[in-house]
Amino acid sequence: MRRIDRYLGAVFAGATFTVFSAFAVTPSQAATVSISCGAVGQELELCRTGAEAWAKDTGNEVVIVSTPNSSTERLALYQQILSAGGSDIDVYQIDVIWPGILGSHFIDLAPYTDGAQDAHFPAIVENNTIDGELKAMPWFTDAGVLYYRKDLLEKHGMAPPTTWSDMADAGAKIQKAERDEGNDRMYGYVFQGRAYEGLTCNALEWVDSYGGGEIIDANGEITINNPQAIAALDEAGSWMNEIVPEGVLNYAEEEARGVFQSGNAVFMRNWPYAWALANSADSPVKDKVGVVALPKGGADGKSTGTLGGWQLAVAKYSDNQDAAADLVRYLTSEKEQKRRAIEASYNPTIKALYEDEEVLAANPFFGSLYDTFVNAVARPSRPTGDKYNRVSSAFWNASHAVLSGKQSATDALADLENQLKSVKRRGW
Amino acid sequence: MTHWSLPSKIGFYVLLLAIAVFALFPFYYAIVSSFKSGAELFTVDLLPSWNFENYFAVFREQPFARNILNSIIVATVVVAISLCLAVTASFALARVNFRGRGLLLLTVLSVSMFPQVAVLSGMFELIRGLGLYNSLGGLMLANLILTLPFTVWVLTTFMRQLPKELEEAAYVDGATPLEIVTKVFLPVLWPALVTTGLLAFIAAWNEFLFALTFTLSNEMRTVPVAIALITGGSQYELPWGNIMAASVIVTVPLIILVLIFQRKIIGGLTAGAVKG
Amino acid sequence: MAQGDVASTGVKRPPVPAGQAGAGRPPKAAATRRSGGSELTRAKIRSAVLFLLPMMIVLALVAGWPLGRTIYFAFTNATLNDINNYEFIGFDNFYNSEWGGLLKDPQWWNAVWNTIWFATISVTLETVLGLIVALALNMRFPGRGIVRAAVLIPWAIPTIVSAQMWGWMLHDQFGVINAMLLGIGIISQPIAWTANPDTAMLAVVMVDVWKTTPFMALLILAGLQMLPSDCYESARVDGIAPWKVFFRVTLPLVYPAIAVAVIFRALDALRIFDLIYVLTSNSADTMSMSVYARQQLVDFQDVGYGSAASTALFLIIALLTVVYIIAGKVDLSGEKS
Repeated sequence: MRRIDRYLGAVFAGATFTVFSAFAVTPSQAATVSISCGAVGQELELCRTGAEAWAKDTGNEVVIVSTPNSSTERLALYQQILSAGGSDIDVYQIDVIWPGILGSHFIDLAPYTDGAQDAHFPAIVENNTIDGELKAMPWFTDAGVLYYRKDLLEKHGMAPPTTWSDMADAGAKIQKAERDEGNDRMYGYVFQGRAYEGLTCNALEWVDSYGGGEIIDANGEITINNPQAIAALDEAGSWMNEIVPEGVLNYAEEEARGVFQSGNAVFMRNWPYAWALANSADSPVKDKVGVVALPKGGADGKSTGTLGGWQLAVAKYSDNQDAAADLVRYLTSEKEQKRRAIEASYNPTIKALYEDEEVLAANPFFGSLYDTFVNAVARPSRPTGDKYNRVSSAFWNASHAVLSGKQSATDALADLENQLKSVKRRGW
Repeated sequence: MTHWSLPSKIGFYVLLLAIAVFALFPFYYAIVSSFKSGAELFTVDLLPSWNFENYFAVFREQPFARNILNSIIVATVVVAISLCLAVTASFALARVNFRGRGLLLLTVLSVSMFPQVAVLSGMFELIRGLGLYNSLGGLMLANLILTLPFTVWVLTTFMRQLPKELEEAAYVDGATPLEIVTKVFLPVLWPALVTTGLLAFIAAWNEFLFALTFTLSNEMRTVPVAIALITGGSQYELPWGNIMAASVIVTVPLIILVLIFQRKIIGGLTAGAVKG
Repeated sequence: MAQGDVASTGVKRPPVPAGQAGAGRPPKAAATRRSGGSELTRAKIRSAVLFLLPMMIVLALVAGWPLGRTIYFAFTNATLNDINNYEFIGFDNFYNSEWGGLLKDPQWWNAVWNTIWFATISVTLETVLGLIVALALNMRFPGRGIVRAAVLIPWAIPTIVSAQMWGWMLHDQFGVINAMLLGIGIISQPIAWTANPDTAMLAVVMVDVWKTTPFMALLILAGLQMLPSDCYESARVDGIAPWKVFFRVTLPLVYPAIAVAVIFRALDALRIFDLIYVLTSNSADTMSMSVYARQQLVDFQDVGYGSAASTALFLIIALLTVVYIIAGKVDLSGEKS
């Protein structure tokens, strides 16, 4: 990946030292736009081909800047450059929770988009709108889903669970049966329980499925200390060391996938990315995996998933704002999103594409999970603005304390409420 | 150890073996993992399978040779500057009596008492201000904050241990302080110089946070950052095999370096040179 | 805390390094011990100043500005969002009645104790093991070079990588450590090393010991190499027991090298960040002071508060260093040589 020089080579053979010094030779009317999109193999490849297609159409140049894979590190790098007012990067790929954090550094894209944002999921557009300015365009979306072992459920005559307690029962039953048959590594359920943003996503799904709100409501009121949220966290705590291995307290996405994919878990909560990997040629569970929406919190709860995904934004400090905004417009367009969905299962943010036959042929579960993607629950990054990470960290620490048995959900959420109040005293 | 009894010899070799196993097993396991791909990574094997695909991929997917070269350049220059500055400074600190030596040493040390992340923002401004952003020069500058206090302290300590007679004779002969440093102390200080240089080299070689923050293009990145940026096909996927392969590749130059300087570390001091 | 003052004067006036003023004055204190030596002494002092200047200038340039900024920001409410727009708020970041501040944050104190606990245990283990390894490598035996290179390997692997590698090895389900322990039969159930609050810190200590013992060993080895060998010869001829030689001759002679190695190890251990961050993320069970400071500075974008945490970290480390230097009788001014 990150072969900046390879594509530069087409234009300037032997531009080695710095990619920024070589542009003296470009015609004056053409702009050079540097974009940081994706950090990872296939994602980067897609971004590169997309950006180059735009460059060819418009006669501009693009430079791809590679960034760290971990989104925390990526945020730190962005902040360094943005707070220094650096023009090193024109177009930023930002996480769904960052508009509130980084928004002050980005231009309003509304004048450039020609109303294109109306075709996208309104929840995401709203998430990206800060103080009436469209700070970023939705690029692709993501939501938590439940993976299950089709073969094991069939073997034991069960249907995919619709509530958490059904899942826990099924998990416990199959875990016991499989262990009796000799796989003593079998567990009922794995998820992301490490003390990091991923746990916030998981715990928010439990709370929201019980109707326990979104930690902080749209008006900035702290709502997390309520009976539904307590019930949700208590239930999650009851799985620990029964159907969930203790190690889950330090699992991120990949560790969970490792356990599930090596055939040692019945259920797994993860992002859609694990689908392709679980079905890859060397996967022990190939063709034995199903995906459904996450379970409901009890019979009158709802299915939910935490909203993830990435947006594109243009920095205020960019020397080529017009060209950069045009690149954003191109990359988030229906044509480009469709290409990305077909080639690599990136979930579009445009409603119409979920009814597109070619897209559905490539990704069958896009159709059945459409509601999950549309109704995904947003983390409270909008009402809390640049304090979001503090809120999230307090929330995942409280959830972690419940899971590791250090605190009851009642105490943990009461403490959390006090913590959030003192954060709020400094203003959201 | 020629005069040792057999049991103590055996005990000694058992100790050596334990040291070697403790030090090497994780590296060995990294080598084993570097031959794996996909789902194999989720199984435990203790024997390698000799599949070199990951090694080719490392060089195919990024300018890795270039990154190794960057690391070598940065670490070498940093060590050279640190040692040059530290040799003269430590001579002054160790062999000349003046007021406030202890305070000065503490001041030098206090630079190492701040967490790296606290220095990051200021260093970023400094480097941008000097126009060194996204260049190897910026990394060299930043790394000095890590290596310089360390080299000054260690060399001062070792200089102090040398007997007084060493320089007094030279002073009587009318040598200048600089001549004394280069002609009298340097030959005796080899083990300390090489050791300090090696430790500082590895510290600069492995530095991650500055290298990540102060570079932007792949051609300027150093090895640890290049490794951290090796990724799988999607946001969450860790291409474990490639990372391990890259780690094995970058460890090899360091091993060669240690082997080259071995003799210097061992043979630096002959009892004849210094009489305590 | 004279030392904190020294550090801040040293960083606030970059062009004039701290201590230089003292060094430049005619040395009344360095009373010449021999008549006629004064001319020589003065020349020595002059050259000492010249020798020290380049190092001090470089250090002031590289460290002065960044560290000065950090201390300065500790008294403001700056955020990363808008770094040029801030107000002075005095000591509010450290202590205030409204939202608490650093000294009232239980998480901070938890991080302080975690760090001190970690540093004490790991540095002690590393010193003892490093000494053993250094003594072994100081012997002449065939293949010494190879063993020496092998011992350095843990330190040569970038921390960011070795931490991930250990994370993988310590994984509860498919980690090789559990596989081996289960294989030998020491444990019956896989242990979740990094997840269980009781074992997480032990796992961090273990990885740190593995990683940095070579550093200690190599520094102590250099100290051993510098020792004159004639006292050993005489000790051997007199037939003194080896352990007596070790405690009476070797240890006192090599002590300055050990002391410096311990100081730098302890400074690193007290500032530990990447190992803990990679192994256990931001978990409160293992959070160190640096992890806390980074979380405030980077994740929470609170430059003021994060700088206050960094400054507090600096003060705590400075205090511990001074205590160690006094208690360990570390020779700072070189009076004893």
